[in-house]
Amino acid sequence: MKSKLCKWLGACATLLLAFNAMAADTIKVGILHSLSGTMAISETSLRDMLLFAFDEINAAGGIKVGDKSYMIEPVIVDGASNWPLFAEKAKQLLEEDKVAVVFGCWTSVSRKSVLPVFEKDNGMLFYPVQYEGEELSRNIFYTAEAVNQQATPAVDYLLAQGKKKFYLIGTDYVYPQTTNLILYKYLLLHGIKLEDIGGGLRKDDSGKVISAGKYTPFGHTDYQQIVAEIKQFAAGGDACVVNTINGDSNVPFFKEVAAAGLTPADCPVVSFSLAEDELRALPTKDLVGELGCWTYFMSIKSKDNKAFLKRWDGWLKTEDHPGVVKEKRAVDSPMVLSYDGVYLWKEAVEKAGSFDVDKVRETLESGSISFEGPGGKNTMQKNHHTTKNVYIGDTRADGQFKILKTFMGVQGEPFLLKDLDEKLSAMK
Amino acid sequence: MRPAESKTEKWGLLTVALIMVVLLPSLNAFTPAGTFLHVSNFSINLYGKYLCYAILAISVDLLWGYTGMLSLGQALFFTLGGYMMGMYLMRMIGNLGQYHQPIPDFLVFLGWGTLPTFWKPFSSFPFAILMAFLLPGVVAAIFGFLAFHSRIRGVYFSILTQALTYAACLLFFRNSLLLGGNNGFTDFKFILGYDLRSPGTQRGLYIATALALVLVYLGCRWLSRTKFGLVQQAIRDSENRVLFSGYAAGYYKLFVFVLCAFIAALGGILYVPQVGIINPGEMGTEKSLEAVVWVAVGGRGTLIGPVLGAIFINALKSWTTRAYPDMWLLILGTLFILVTVFMPKGIVGLPGQLRSLHGRFRPKSAPAPAASTEPKPEMAKTK
Repeated sequence: MKSKLCKWLGACATLLLAFNAMAADTIKVGILHSLSGTMAISETSLRDMLLFAFDEINAAGGIKVGDKSYMIEPVIVDGASNWPLFAEKAKQLLEEDKVAVVFGCWTSVSRKSVLPVFEKDNGMLFYPVQYEGEELSRNIFYTAEAVNQQATPAVDYLLAQGKKKFYLIGTDYVYPQTTNLILYKYLLLHGIKLEDIGGGLRKDDSGKVISAGKYTPFGHTDYQQIVAEIKQFAAGGDACVVNTINGDSNVPFFKEVAAAGLTPADCPVVSFSLAEDELRALPTKDLVGELGCWTYFMSIKSKDNKAFLKRWDGWLKTEDHPGVVKEKRAVDSPMVLSYDGVYLWKEAVEKAGSFDVDKVRETLESGSISFEGPGGKNTMQKNHHTTKNVYIGDTRADGQFKILKTFMGVQGEPFLLKDLDEKLSAMK
Repeated sequence: MRPAESKTEKWGLLTVALIMVVLLPSLNAFTPAGTFLHVSNFSINLYGKYLCYAILAISVDLLWGYTGMLSLGQALFFTLGGYMMGMYLMRMIGNLGQYHQPIPDFLVFLGWGTLPTFWKPFSSFPFAILMAFLLPGVVAAIFGFLAFHSRIRGVYFSILTQALTYAACLLFFRNSLLLGGNNGFTDFKFILGYDLRSPGTQRGLYIATALALVLVYLGCRWLSRTKFGLVQQAIRDSENRVLFSGYAAGYYKLFVFVLCAFIAALGGILYVPQVGIINPGEMGTEKSLEAVVWVAVGGRGTLIGPVLGAIFINALKSWTTRAYPDMWLLILGTLFILVTVFMPKGIVGLPGQLRSLHGRFRPKSAPAPAASTEPKPEMAKTK
């Protein structure tokens, strides 16, 4: 009985959509983000940015395939911060709605949850948020920052500043664990002594290091002891902290850092999970002078970025999509990487002359697809990651970053651990 | 006690069971795709998931509706069962993972070269299934023994179950537990040699789930009509009286609690291969609360109500998250409030409510007496 009801509802929906679609040729594109639940605060911004990109493309005449133009018709689904639901929704987008491409996911676990679905149904997903790497699916394109486009450039910068002691701290999940393990090896390779890497090491039975750094659970609030440890660690000077703490825990952490008298001048903290969008909700006075590293900052002074921000503001004023918040918006790296992803896909489709996943993938993998985005030039590489600029900045009181250093055209590389292991053993 | 079941009830049950177990999968397998009668692979998989939730809902109802113990941690047993199944499925990936290593990807990720000892026996399906029941059962037995031995009841019991599942959730988040941390297990490939991605396997899993649900339902229905079931309901209505009558209420409760852990675990075992992921988020307190909402919406103390509630709410969730994205939690909240205020007996009580409403306008006909198995509304107040 239920299936009949579902069918009936489905039929109504299709009819409605058919009416909408009569006017012009359209192509369905999926948006798969959490619009309710704990991740909604971050992910709704990406939904908004995607809608902006689609509206912009549609206003400019849509996507041109052959001699026909296709308008983008977004199919928005809510993953509701529930990982099995992400898999269900991915399946729905690919099998029922038959979308040409999906833009979505924020957390690694949501990506891991939909990955088998995309591989089974041969779909295409663009993933926009910094992540730990160690993954390469033929059905996923990672416009996100790989570890070597965020963590290792940040460490390079700190090394160049003369820092000699690094304290690693993060939330206990896969992104911080992997990033810190990579950094631990990277630091050793750059001549940092074992005792100058703080936070602790965990070894397996054979004595191999399997985890580096200090970890706290999600939602942890008591950082007094850890910050005291950091203070002791930093007492000799030339120290810094690499922070991969996620979400709300950053508030008590930075409060404690400020209270302990650790200033950015003598022991800077570089954070990888705090961008402009998160800073809107944090007490920025505790963070002034601390470092951030992303492939886009809102404060980039290029012509492209200024024009982009102007168009975005204009769109916010006039758009009428349900659920889009209009006041006090910020733009940050995950949003811009979502935007870049849309244009990279459009480029590839137009060049391939088809929406077919295999053809589009082949074109994207050819290395000839690039897009001049707000953060600079993005080029899709054969390994499904992008070449892009990396920026390091320090936090200002208004929640923006002042850019201190730019690395141009850094190639994304998902598999770093193996390479580092080889180099380390060669060094011994 | 409920009057002997009528013939129509029996036939109704049989029909529903046949539709679930036979008709839907046949429509999926034998009708050509795209025709009106066809049930798509996507739908069959989705229904399988709903039915797993329905099994979980029955376990909540047996505890709450029949024994008066509101467990806010039932998803823990569901997830534990799922994890044990997940461990088996992880082993079945073989070296088809990202790293092409004979051990699960996340272990390679964490720098492990060989399989940790406790993982080894999970290559065996019977062992994994055994553990999937044993582990939740043992956890329930220990927790239940301590709780009932100390005469913990009512809201205190509810709070403790919630704390238990939350603690387990935090524990499973830890990578050092070697169970995949936050990401849990995913990217399964095979079960008992069958490809999990093939529609046939998914259909088989659906049929297994539907059968399991029917059997669990019949089993619980039978139990609730035995002498044991009567004592159970007596405990719900007045535990002190049961104690004074010479029954060791604590052991009855312990038995039901462990039994419900088994039922929930069964749901979890069937759930994991169908949704393709298990992670600590499933143990979060809100999952258990959601299960309580299904039972309340369906009608507690009825067994069939929770099944309807679980299917109805999850179907609504699937529909809302596509048709009205970002409205889901608002809709769920509104629904829960409306149901508790206007439909205290849930979906199952709706026909009765309509009848009595109808009776009010036609004062001549005598109103039908309510069924006696409904729990007393003030039950939660007993200390």
